[in-house]
Amino acid sequence: MMLSKVAERIYWAARYLERVESTARLLSIYDKLLFDLPRQVNLGWYNLIVINSLEQDFNERYSVRDERNVVKFLLGDESNYSSVISSLQAVRENIRTTRDVIPPETWEMVNELTLYVQENLTQGINRSNRHDFLDNIIKACQQVVGLWYVNMPRDEAWDMVQLGQNIERADMTTRNLDAGVAAILQVEDDDFAVNSRQIIWGNVLRSLNADQPFRRTTRSSVKGDLVVRYLLADEDFPRSLFYCITQMADVASGLPKSKAVVTFLRQLQDEIPACAEPEELGDAFRDMLNTLQLTLAEVHTLIGKTWFLSDR
Amino acid sequence: MSIEWKEYTPEGEFYDELFSSAGNPRQPAKRLINYLSSLSEDDIISRKIAADATIKEMGVSFTVYTEGGNIDRAWPFDIVPRVISRTQWDKTAAGLKQRLTALNMFIDDLYHDQKIIRDGIIPEFVLKQSKNYRKECEGVRPRFGVWAHVCGTDLVRDKDGQFYVLEDNLRVPSGVSYMLENRSIMKRVIPEVFEKVNIAPVGDYPEHLFETLSSLSPRRVSKPVIVVMTPGIYNSAYFEHAFLAQRMGAELIEGSDLVVGDDDCVYMKTIAGLERVDVIYRRIDDLFLDPEVFQPDSVLGVAGLMRAWRAGNVALANAPGAGVADDKVVYAFVPQIIKYYLGEDPLIPNVETFLCYDDKQREYVLANLDKLVVKPANESGGYGMLIGPHSTKKERETFADLIKANPRNYIAQPTLALSTAPALISKNKIEPRHLDLRPFILQGRDTYVTTGGLTRVAMKKGSLVVNSSQGGGSKDTWIVDNVTQKKSQSQSQGSSDKTSKAGE
Repeated sequence: MMLSKVAERIYWAARYLERVESTARLLSIYDKLLFDLPRQVNLGWYNLIVINSLEQDFNERYSVRDERNVVKFLLGDESNYSSVISSLQAVRENIRTTRDVIPPETWEMVNELTLYVQENLTQGINRSNRHDFLDNIIKACQQVVGLWYVNMPRDEAWDMVQLGQNIERADMTTRNLDAGVAAILQVEDDDFAVNSRQIIWGNVLRSLNADQPFRRTTRSSVKGDLVVRYLLADEDFPRSLFYCITQMADVASGLPKSKAVVTFLRQLQDEIPACAEPEELGDAFRDMLNTLQLTLAEVHTLIGKTWFLSDR
Repeated sequence: MSIEWKEYTPEGEFYDELFSSAGNPRQPAKRLINYLSSLSEDDIISRKIAADATIKEMGVSFTVYTEGGNIDRAWPFDIVPRVISRTQWDKTAAGLKQRLTALNMFIDDLYHDQKIIRDGIIPEFVLKQSKNYRKECEGVRPRFGVWAHVCGTDLVRDKDGQFYVLEDNLRVPSGVSYMLENRSIMKRVIPEVFEKVNIAPVGDYPEHLFETLSSLSPRRVSKPVIVVMTPGIYNSAYFEHAFLAQRMGAELIEGSDLVVGDDDCVYMKTIAGLERVDVIYRRIDDLFLDPEVFQPDSVLGVAGLMRAWRAGNVALANAPGAGVADDKVVYAFVPQIIKYYLGEDPLIPNVETFLCYDDKQREYVLANLDKLVVKPANESGGYGMLIGPHSTKKERETFADLIKANPRNYIAQPTLALSTAPALISKNKIEPRHLDLRPFILQGRDTYVTTGGLTRVAMKKGSLVVNSSQGGGSKDTWIVDNVTQKKSQSQSQGSSDKTSKAGE
């Protein structure tokens, strides 16, 4: 049976790896969004800091909220525990201490990626090579996940990977949606409004790799209420909140001592369809997303209590 | 331009591992040197770069403690391997088995009847004053009477080409993972040679370690629970602890993952609750094992572990107290120990050793400090030594005082003419560098010796210090069959076993 401490480290390794990938993707499409929006829409890079609830940390380090500082902070700032570089170091430390249960190639891949990011950081901060740089990071993350998917026995270690990956995805999805709504609220009701809204929602979908699946599933053009419903309640899309929560509940039910966790997750799962049909995409909806994030934090605490602090 | 192997000149009196004299490679190294000579300078450089990149990617590292925090340093590696013939190695391996067998009988005797002392072979005060003798271990009976299950013995070659034992490490010897990684690096870097030369594989060590540990299990179950116990990520050998756990499929644990129950059994904390542990391959020192018995402030160990071990409910490898036999004063007695327990002469000689507690020998040591190497009896890692020929007058005076104040704690040995081998110093330059060899010996139900071991090199010119913490590097070690040609693996259509005569 798996050691509690190993379980915790694998869970975090999977979480941080997911965070590296989603942060890289968020950054890689954000400049395209800014290019496409009409100038009237006053959306800045600082919005990315807000999405990730990092305002306080950012403002302690930087006074100017420009592109360079935001990208630097999210990519290469070691004082930001969520930056790509910090997350990678966390992945590395967690893998380093769990090499006995994770496919051995993981260690080499994560090492390579960490070295790559450290050595090429300036490429990511300057705009001209940023796309390639981020693309390489995303691919390297997917390579690791692919390696795990193909090689890991479906045992407790695998279950911990699933839990870590899905809770991080669930959290990221609510944050991306929140960012979308925040941006929409800044769009003034003028001639460009319809177009701008479409660009913003399209961007939200792309940052979650949901663009194409959304179109195939909904067979509709990109509209706010449909995007919200899709990202929160779709049953098949692997980054939808509903899917992530269902996965976690299924995985948890196969683990020992899981009753409390499973009950909590199933209850949350039942509540999602209603959450996905807000009357209006405004502040009330943003509050609701915030509550969802807090609920996910509770899920995390419960997982920790059940499996990571195990003694008698 | 390629490297001028013909111009490589072994230095003076030293025995060179690869060359018998300038331009003349020794028999087992001939194919290697032929191959290396065929490489261009660019080839060599690109292979050196490949080796360095491989090391970085494989994350082969060791930790160095500095004031500015701990640094993970990449493993310094020389791409020119060291070659030893199979015949010579087989003799050496037999000698190592003999030595560990006798040492284990000795330790077992010390913690029971102490016959060897009563029979006057070893003076009683040597034992009484040994820092690593543990009263707490008296009367305990580990399986097979074996206390030191994993031993790393340091061998050096003197100018006569003969192997000598420099010291036995019976506590928590490290380095075996680097031996294994060195081989995988070489296979990636110069795969061509492996097709041409019969190099004995080293990769089965984890398997043997696993078997050895399994044989120690107190519970007679088909799959005993084996764990590797590490002091944690900041230990300089953490890489190795993780590596071995991974290769054996054992759990890598820290003290905080274990607990001793009211039944005096050891349990690990798992996601399903507590699970019983049978064998602990511990990589922490005796004194940190159990705060109930040893250092009360140790957070690395597990309270009650000694209780569980004494009750025979868990096996510890190496057993606590095994270090009593790697005291350097005890070392001087190993030839007598072998004779006493096995009735045999030692197959591998010791380095001549002067015991400072003996008045006559101390007098000699004090008069010859500039020629001798003085070592404290219970340190490892090359710390606290005086290397006479490289020392200052002041250092010698300090050591003279230390010796007089505590003669039991010091031994002295002649400065050895450590053997050399060519090392790649810059892009296309090879120079002789001193080296030693640490084979690893396992003992449980059976005894096993690694094929070769870890060769450590002093990368600084003229230096004799090979420890990685002090600027040492390492090389792959090849045990090469004397049978020259490796047969091609498969026959092809139309080939026959008979060799066709070329020409008339």
